[in-house]
Amino acid sequence: MKQKTMFIVALAVLLVVFVAGTLVYTAKQENPAGAMSEAAVTALGRLHAPMLGPMEAPVVIVEFLDPACGTCAAFYPRLKQIMAANPGKIRLKVRYAPFHTGSDKVVAALEASRKQDKFWPALEALLASQDAWAPNHTPQIELALQQLGGLGLDMDRLRADMMAPEVARVIAQDVADARTLNVTKTPEYFVNGRPLPSFGFEQLTALINEELRGRGSR
Amino acid sequence: MAEMTTVARPNPAISRHAWTLLFIAWLIAAASTLGALFLGEVMHLPACVLCWYQRIFMFPLALILPLGLFPHDARISRYALALAVPGWLIAAFHQLLVAGVIPERIRPCTQGVPCSEKVIEWFGFLTIPLLSLAAFSAIIALISLTFIRGSK
Repeated sequence: MKQKTMFIVALAVLLVVFVAGTLVYTAKQENPAGAMSEAAVTALGRLHAPMLGPMEAPVVIVEFLDPACGTCAAFYPRLKQIMAANPGKIRLKVRYAPFHTGSDKVVAALEASRKQDKFWPALEALLASQDAWAPNHTPQIELALQQLGGLGLDMDRLRADMMAPEVARVIAQDVADARTLNVTKTPEYFVNGRPLPSFGFEQLTALINEELRGRGSR
Repeated sequence: MAEMTTVARPNPAISRHAWTLLFIAWLIAAASTLGALFLGEVMHLPACVLCWYQRIFMFPLALILPLGLFPHDARISRYALALAVPGWLIAAFHQLLVAGVIPERIRPCTQGVPCSEKVIEWFGFLTIPLLSLAAFSAIIALISLTFIRGSK
C-alpha cells in the first residue's frame, strides 16, 4: 500500500514538473518571438556578409548556409527564382554555418573567392556540383577547389587568402552569430528578421510573400 | 536471513529492497522519458537518428517497469535489461561519436541533424547523449543489483 502511494506521488510529481516546465518554457519563448533580443538584431544586421540585390530592397533575407548541405543546394536555385520573379524587391545576405566537418575550409575558399569578386559564381558552382566534392556529405577541399577551376580565379592567390586572418575572422563571426540566433540546422532563413515558423520551402515562400505585401506595418 | 527459507519464497525484506531498486530505476526511466519529450516536443530541439534509437529503448522502460512493481515481479529485471542494455550500447556509441572517437561518415543534413552535433552543453560538459548514457548506466546498475540481492 505504501509502495503504491510512493509510486503515485512520484508519478504525479514528474508530471507536474513536466507540465510546469512546459508552461514556463513556452511563456518565456513567446516574448523573443515578437521582439528580438538586441544581440540577435546585431547578429542579423552585420554588414560584412556577401549580399545580392539592391540596397533599398524592402525584403532582406539572411540565409545561414553550409555549402556541403544538400538542402541548401536544393533551396538555393529556388530562392533565386523567387528573387528573379520580384526584381529589385529582395536582397539576399549569405552567412556561413559550416556545420559539416571540413566545411570550414570550403567556406574559407568561398570567402577567398570573394576577394576576387567571384563569390556568387563560386557559391553557385559549389552548390551545383556538391555531389562531386562532398561525397557522402564529407566535404573535401581539394575536390571543391577543382570545381572553382573554370571561374577565372587566381587559384594561388585564393589558396593564400584562405589562410588569411580576416577570412578566419569572418567565419568565426558568422559561427558566433549563428549560435546567438539559435541556428542549429541549415539552411536557416531570416526574412526581414523573422525566422521561418517551421522548416520548408513553402513556409519560406509564404514568409517572403508576406513581407513583400505587408511592409507598411513594420 | 538467519533461517533457511526456500528458494521459491524470497525473503520479504530482500524483496522490498529489490522493489526499491526497481522503483528508482523506474524513476530514472520516467524522468528520462519526460526529459526527452520536453527537449523534443517543448523546446523543439531536433532529435538525431541515434537519439531516436535511444528513445526506442528508454520509453518502454518507463512503461513496463511499473508492471513489475505492482505486483512485485522479480522477472521484470530480465525483461527490463533486454531494453536497457541495447539502449546503453547505443548511448555509448553516441557518446563516442560526440567525443570524436568514432568519426561520423553518413551525415544527413536535410532536415535532420548530424548525431555528432552538440545541441546542448550544460556546465561545459553535460550533453544530451551523456545524460542518456548516465541514465541507461544507472538503470542497468540498479536492475543488476536486484539479481544479486534477490536471487537467493
